[in-house]
Amino acid sequence: MIDNPFSLEGKTILVTGASSGIGRATAIACSNMGARVIATARNEERLQATIAQLNDAIDGHMMLCADLTSPEELDGLVKSLPALDGAVFSAGNSVTLPLQFGSRDKFDEMLNVNFYAPVELLRLLYKKKVLNKGASVVLLASIGGTHSFMPGNGIYGASKAALNSVMKYAAREFASRKVRVNSICPGMVDTPLIHRGTITEEQLAEDAKRYPLGRYGQPKDIANGAIYLLSDASSWLTGHDLVIDGGFSI
Amino acid sequence: MDIQEFIENFAAQFDETDEALFTADTNFKQLDEWSSLTALSIIAMVDDEYNVIIKGSDIINSETISDLYDVVEKKRS
Repeated sequence: MIDNPFSLEGKTILVTGASSGIGRATAIACSNMGARVIATARNEERLQATIAQLNDAIDGHMMLCADLTSPEELDGLVKSLPALDGAVFSAGNSVTLPLQFGSRDKFDEMLNVNFYAPVELLRLLYKKKVLNKGASVVLLASIGGTHSFMPGNGIYGASKAALNSVMKYAAREFASRKVRVNSICPGMVDTPLIHRGTITEEQLAEDAKRYPLGRYGQPKDIANGAIYLLSDASSWLTGHDLVIDGGFSI
Repeated sequence: MDIQEFIENFAAQFDETDEALFTADTNFKQLDEWSSLTALSIIAMVDDEYNVIIKGSDIINSETISDLYDVVEKKRS
């Protein structure tokens, strides 16, 4: 038997936003690497579709529906969770809006989903000791707001930059329990989030050509990064923002 | 909805273009100042002022300001 440093065997891993896009791909990839997956999202039907794609050679996968922006539901989720060896925070939303239209309520809407909800979940998982010693947390940030500043992306980028900043503080503070906290900063990834019509399909196709590796990312490209950060292969890595963007931000 | 007011709101998203160039028949994507950011501003302006969500494709498929006005008016009803 080959010793695989990327194996997630014996680990229980929470994935938020598991009903779609990067979250779904990550949940599936984690199960294929041997993890027991706790999948959460708002939409039960779509979450069920993810569960159906998990590797069923592993026992004990769970689905828990919750809207993380609701304090009660977030609290309920935390109480229902088993002890975790890892977590991937993939739940999020985006908006494309020039800054001059970025009123307080537009910022609040984005920060509630992309910043306050994951930060509160992270806080509770640590405080209530749901995260085992040596657990690894992966936050989905973005190159937007940290490495790239495309017009129209300011509100989204600010929410992700704020999250990335908390990641680094958490990495310092949680190290006392050997809990590692890292983020992934993806470039544009082909998920339902980017096909909402504000940007046309033609514009997206044109934009994809600006990526040195010639294409947008696939959810699996990001899921594989999460596997690395969750696994013992990255045991000595914390507070790092892993850019996976086909070379866009070079 | 009033087309004159729509044209003014439309023109307000531009900084360099002479206001006199904005009429119902203006082929707006041919204006030198037109950019993808202007397109995003038009979408946001329509949401703010008219409570209507238009898509990038609505802009691509509109030749003149009047064409886009018709799209917004149709979605409002």
